[in-house]
Amino acid sequence: MSRISTALSAPFAPVRAYFRKHRSFGIFVGVALLSIALPLLTRVPPFDGIQSTNAWVNAFTTAAIYAMLAMGLNVVIGFAGLLDLGYAAFFALGGYTYAFVASPFTGVHLPFWPMLLAGGVVGAIFGVLLGAPTLRLRGDYLAIVTLGFGEIVPITLMNADKFTDGVNGIGGIDKPSIPGILQFTLTNPWPMYGLVIALFALIMIMIYRLQDSRIGRTWDAIREDELAAESSGVNVVIAKLQAFAVGASIAGIVGVVNAAKITIVTPDQFRFAVSISVLAAVVLGGMGNTIGVATGAFVIYLFQSILLKQLNTLVENFNIPVLNQIDFLDFQYVLYGIVLVLMMLKRPQGIFPARRRMREFAPLKIGKRGLK
Amino acid sequence: MATASVTSSTAGRLLGTARLPLSIFAFLALGLGVLGIDQFVNAMTLGAIYALVALGYTMVYGIIELINFAHGDVFMVGSFVAMFISSSLLGNEGSITNVPLLGVSVLVLFALTIGVMALLGALIERLAYRPLRRAPKLAPLITAIGVSFILQNLIQFFFGPTIVTVPQLVPIEWSIQVSGSRVPLLNLFVIASSVILMVALQLFISRTRTGRAMRTTSMDRDASSLMGVNINRTIMITFLIGSGLAGAAGVVHGLYYGNTNYSLGFQSGLKAFTAAVLGGIGNTAGAALGGFLIAFVEVGASAFGYGRWGGAVVFSLLVIFLVFRPTGLLGSHTGDRA
Repeated sequence: MSRISTALSAPFAPVRAYFRKHRSFGIFVGVALLSIALPLLTRVPPFDGIQSTNAWVNAFTTAAIYAMLAMGLNVVIGFAGLLDLGYAAFFALGGYTYAFVASPFTGVHLPFWPMLLAGGVVGAIFGVLLGAPTLRLRGDYLAIVTLGFGEIVPITLMNADKFTDGVNGIGGIDKPSIPGILQFTLTNPWPMYGLVIALFALIMIMIYRLQDSRIGRTWDAIREDELAAESSGVNVVIAKLQAFAVGASIAGIVGVVNAAKITIVTPDQFRFAVSISVLAAVVLGGMGNTIGVATGAFVIYLFQSILLKQLNTLVENFNIPVLNQIDFLDFQYVLYGIVLVLMMLKRPQGIFPARRRMREFAPLKIGKRGLK
Repeated sequence: MATASVTSSTAGRLLGTARLPLSIFAFLALGLGVLGIDQFVNAMTLGAIYALVALGYTMVYGIIELINFAHGDVFMVGSFVAMFISSSLLGNEGSITNVPLLGVSVLVLFALTIGVMALLGALIERLAYRPLRRAPKLAPLITAIGVSFILQNLIQFFFGPTIVTVPQLVPIEWSIQVSGSRVPLLNLFVIASSVILMVALQLFISRTRTGRAMRTTSMDRDASSLMGVNINRTIMITFLIGSGLAGAAGVVHGLYYGNTNYSLGFQSGLKAFTAAVLGGIGNTAGAALGGFLIAFVEVGASAFGYGRWGGAVVFSLLVIFLVFRPTGLLGSHTGDRA
C-alpha cells in the first residue's frame, strides 16, 4: 500500500517540495482550486438536485464565514489553550461596528474596505479590554468570564434600543462595492463568495505564519506547561493577551463581512448557541490544527444547513407516520451534545488532530522500561 | 470548607468566626432597608432557589474542580420532573386547600423528584465525567457543555419549546400580615424548605462519616484515598446530593412560579454559578450566601426600573468578583484558586 502511494506521489515530489518551502503560496493555490471546484461540483448529481448553484454558492460563503470564525477561535483555544465561551460577542461587535457606520439607521455611509480593518481593531480592543483583567485567572474561571461577556453583549445590544433598535436590529446595511467596477448585490452571490474566499485564504496564511513565529511558539509553551514557560522568561499574560486579541480581531473582521453579506444585524444572531457551534467545530476538527478546524466548520455548517433539511424531505418520502413527525433540525443540538461528549470520551484530539496534540492526549503507556 | 482563615491574632480569629453571621446580618438589614418588605420577601424567595442550585455547583467544584456546566440544566430537568410527577402521577391540577393532604403531596413530590434527579446526576457523572478524571482540564468542561445541550434539547423535544404550566399546590391566596404588608405563605414556604435543606446539608457535611470523606477528598484526593476513602463512591455521592438539591430547587421553582420552560437552565445556571463564585467556590455556606446576594441584586435592579438589565448586572458582578476577589466573599480552603 505504502509502496503504491509512494510510486503514485513520486511525480509530485518536486511540487510538494516547492509548496513545503512556499507554504503561504501553497495555501493560496489550494484554496483557489477548491473554491473553483466546489461550485463545479454543485452541477453534478446528486448535488444539482438539492438547490440551484447560486444557492449553493451562498451556502459555501456562509460556511466559509463560519470556518473563519473556527480558525480564529482555534488560535485562542487550540494554540494558547484558553477556553473562550463567548466568542460570538466579538463577532457581534464587528457586525454592529459596520452596521453603525454603513446603514440608514445612523445615516452614515462609510466605505466597506477600511471598515473591514476597523472591525478587526474593535474586536482586538474589546479582546484586550476583557482579557487584561481576566487572563490572570485559571482556565475554567476564564471560561465563565468569557461566557458572561458573551451574554452581556447581546443583552446590552438588545436593551440599549436607542442605539441599536433593540430586538429588531439594524437593517439595510450597505453592500460592499469596488467603485466604478463592481457593486455587490443580494441576488448575485458570486462577488461575496470571491471576497470571503480571498479573506479565508488570507486569514489562514496569517494564522500559519503566526503559528511558526516566536508568538506561536510562546503559545505552545504556555499551553503545554504554563509554569515552565514562565520560568523560561515568557511573559505569560502578554502572550495570552496576544492570542485573545488575534482571535477577537478575526471575529471582528468576520463580523463585518457577515453583516455586509446578510445586510442586517440583530442581537439574536449572536446567542450562546453560535459560540457553541463554533466551539464544536473546533473540537471536532481537531484543536490546534488550522486546516482541520476550518474543514470541520465548513462541513458541519453544510451538514446542518443542507443535509439535515434533506433528511427531512427524504423521510417524508417513506411516509412512515412516526418518522414524519420528527423534525431532524430539532435534533441538531442533541446531536451536537452527543458528538461533543463522545468525541471527548473516545477521540479527544479531534478528527484531524494536530500532531503535537496527538501526543498530549495519548495516555501514558508504562512498558517494561518505565514511562515511554 | 472552613470559614476561618489563617489568622494568628485573637481579634483576627474572632472576626474570622464571626464573619459569616455578621455578613448575613448586615446584608439582610441592608436588603430590608433598601427594598422594603414586599421586594425583600421576593428577593429572599428567588435567593432560596439560586442558593439551592449554587450548592450543587460549589460541591462539585470543591471535590473535582470541574465547573459542572450541565448543572443549570439538571435544575431545569428537575422542574420538569416535578411538573410531570405532580400533574401526571399525583394527578394534581391546582392548589390543595386541605392542609394534611397538601403536606403529604408536597412531601411525596419533593422525595420523588429529589430521588429521580439524584439518580440522573449520578448517571451523568458515571457516563460523562468519570472516564475523564485524569484527562486535560478542557475535556470534562467540553463534555459538560455537551451534556447541557443534550438535556436541554431532549426536554425541548418532549415538552415543546413553549412555557409549560406546573400545578401550584400551595394556594397563592394564603398570606399573613407583616407590618401592614401582605406576605404570601407560598414565599415563606419556599424560603423555609430551602433553609431546611441547606441546614441538613451543612449537618451532613460536618457531622457524618461520608461528609468527612467528602471534605478530605476535596482537600487531597490521593491522600484520602490512601486513608481508605472510596474516592469514586464519594464523588458519586457528591453528585447525588448536588443533583438532588437541584431537583428540590426545581420543585420549589414550579410551586412558586407555576411554570417552567426548557431554556430555564442556562440563565439561572449561570446566575447560580455566579452565586457560587461570589460566596467563594468550594464553600457551601458561601454558595448559599451568594445565592441570596445575587437575588437581591436582581430584584433591586428591577425595583429601580432596570429589570431588563438584571442579567447584565449579575454577569458584570461575576467578572468584577473574579478579577478582584477570585476567592469570593468567604474565601475557600485553598489559596491557589485563581
